[in-house]
Amino acid sequence: MDDPDQPRRPGFPAGLWRTLEKHPPPGLSRIRWRSPLRGPWLTSVFAAALLVILPIVIVTGLLSYIAYGPKFGQAIPFDVGWLKLPSFDWPSNPSWLYRLNQGLHVGLGLIMVPLVLAKLWSVIPRLFAWPPARSLATVLERVSLLMIVGGVLFEIVTGVLNIQYDYIFGFSFYTAHYFGAWVFIAGFVSHVVIKLPTMIRSLRSRSFVAELRTSRADTVPEPLDEDGLVAPDPDPPTLSRRGILAVVGGGALLVAVLTAGQTIGGWTRQFAVLLPRGRSYGDGPDDFQVNRTAASARIDPALTGERWRLQLLGGPQPVVLDRAALAAMPQHTAELPIACVEGWSTVETWTGVRLADLAAAAGRPVPGSAVVSSLERFGAFNRARLQRNQVLNPDALLAFRVNGADLSLDHGYPARIIVPALPGVHCTKWVASIEFRES
Amino acid sequence: MAVFKRLYGDHVLHFIVLVAALALGGYTISVLGVDQLFNPRVWWQSIAVWFAVAVIGHDLILFPLYALAERLLPKRRRGEPATRRRVPIVNYVRMPTLAAALTFAMFLPGIIEQGAVTYTAATGLTQEPYLGRWLLLVAGFYLVSAVCYLVRSITTKTRPAHPATR
Repeated sequence: MDDPDQPRRPGFPAGLWRTLEKHPPPGLSRIRWRSPLRGPWLTSVFAAALLVILPIVIVTGLLSYIAYGPKFGQAIPFDVGWLKLPSFDWPSNPSWLYRLNQGLHVGLGLIMVPLVLAKLWSVIPRLFAWPPARSLATVLERVSLLMIVGGVLFEIVTGVLNIQYDYIFGFSFYTAHYFGAWVFIAGFVSHVVIKLPTMIRSLRSRSFVAELRTSRADTVPEPLDEDGLVAPDPDPPTLSRRGILAVVGGGALLVAVLTAGQTIGGWTRQFAVLLPRGRSYGDGPDDFQVNRTAASARIDPALTGERWRLQLLGGPQPVVLDRAALAAMPQHTAELPIACVEGWSTVETWTGVRLADLAAAAGRPVPGSAVVSSLERFGAFNRARLQRNQVLNPDALLAFRVNGADLSLDHGYPARIIVPALPGVHCTKWVASIEFRES
Repeated sequence: MAVFKRLYGDHVLHFIVLVAALALGGYTISVLGVDQLFNPRVWWQSIAVWFAVAVIGHDLILFPLYALAERLLPKRRRGEPATRRRVPIVNYVRMPTLAAALTFAMFLPGIIEQGAVTYTAATGLTQEPYLGRWLLLVAGFYLVSAVCYLVRSITTKTRPAHPATR
């Protein structure tokens, strides 16, 4: 759609655009772009990298919405109209599926921050170009740029705050991040369609290998371009083009080192020194990441002791089991990750009773779904509905023990749900009852 | 077609793609509900305000700030002879500063202990370690950079004038 042969004459209404062109705001002409590195080739290298990363971040984000179970009305935000992937039953196999999904979504979302900043830096002369538009086409394109620039920064800021438990923005994170994503997607897809030919042409304009061999002393600006990215009167270079690529890549690498440990876990966790999920709780069996303390869930310890009973509903009549009865059932041990929407995860060894066995004990051995309720009375996630495949997965447990010890109160004592590939927030803690439903 | 191109200023496909994008953006806002964009009680805790700030946040706030900081760096100006310093110091200041700024911006909540209540409710811990850790990281960035500069200066001096280091 970019036609290099087309003369740059203003579109309709030409008089308006010419008048605008003749009246630049005072001071604008005094801006001198100093960097000798800005140019279509450099911008296109950043663009190409983002073109690989962003689709992964977008798709994993939309998949996470499905993993929450929109068909049960428990994906947030609730009403999204057509703005979602077709619903399907989220698989419960492989067990690392949600861990991978969120690790990619959050991990790549963080790693791309230096790239996004570099891309914005590289095109900033366009913002101050005058006239800002010379046709209806450029007006529309500028509006789409507001969607893409505002969208990507809005998503980064809300996401980065959310994974650090900082809710200063006041509105619902889920709602804002989800709808913000769709505004971004709209801008992003149109930008890619319109600019892809320009990107490919610009990437071909220079040899990547030759740039990697060019020192600072030999660095000269790209030829002047019609978009005005290349500075006509730049300062001498302080970095080569390979240098600036190394800076941006190094920034991405630094972020990767400081964040990947929260997902990968093990000895890498200690490198996530600035994130909540780089913290160590010690090295005991219950010393792994807590995402909601018993105190904040207002769990009354008295209800978790001798008085605790598990209610199984949905069969011919309710079944009530105490701890001894549950301990007498077949116990199963599974090594499973618990993975949060916030991107962090940890793999632990869980022991408990299979949900399938509990369904049989309740008198509905092949349920359509199961609603798990917690002792927690007020939290947004004090209940969760599980799909049939999640209930019947042989590793899906009502766990009493982790790594050979009883669950701690913060990890859901006396019993919690652990289901392969289920979002962590649906692995209900302090379980009080399970209702097995026909549908 | 030619008439459309002259009036609109670009190919008809350009028009179709952008109208589709704007329509999708508009539909998104309609599903969310326009009233959801604004918080009548605390105006700045509105989705619309945060989105608007995101639009201008880099280009009109962050960029002028770091462009200004760049001007303070010791750099060779236009027309100045290139041989005054054998190893220019500019990147050895620029790199650790960029790393410090990037980590500060991305991990700000922990560093300034914002969101302390929700942090403790979620983790059972406090944000107390982060400021110290970040300061240590920053010290590390500048220290590594200083050592690199020193090594580079020495190796450049001990070597006879080399075209690659002009």
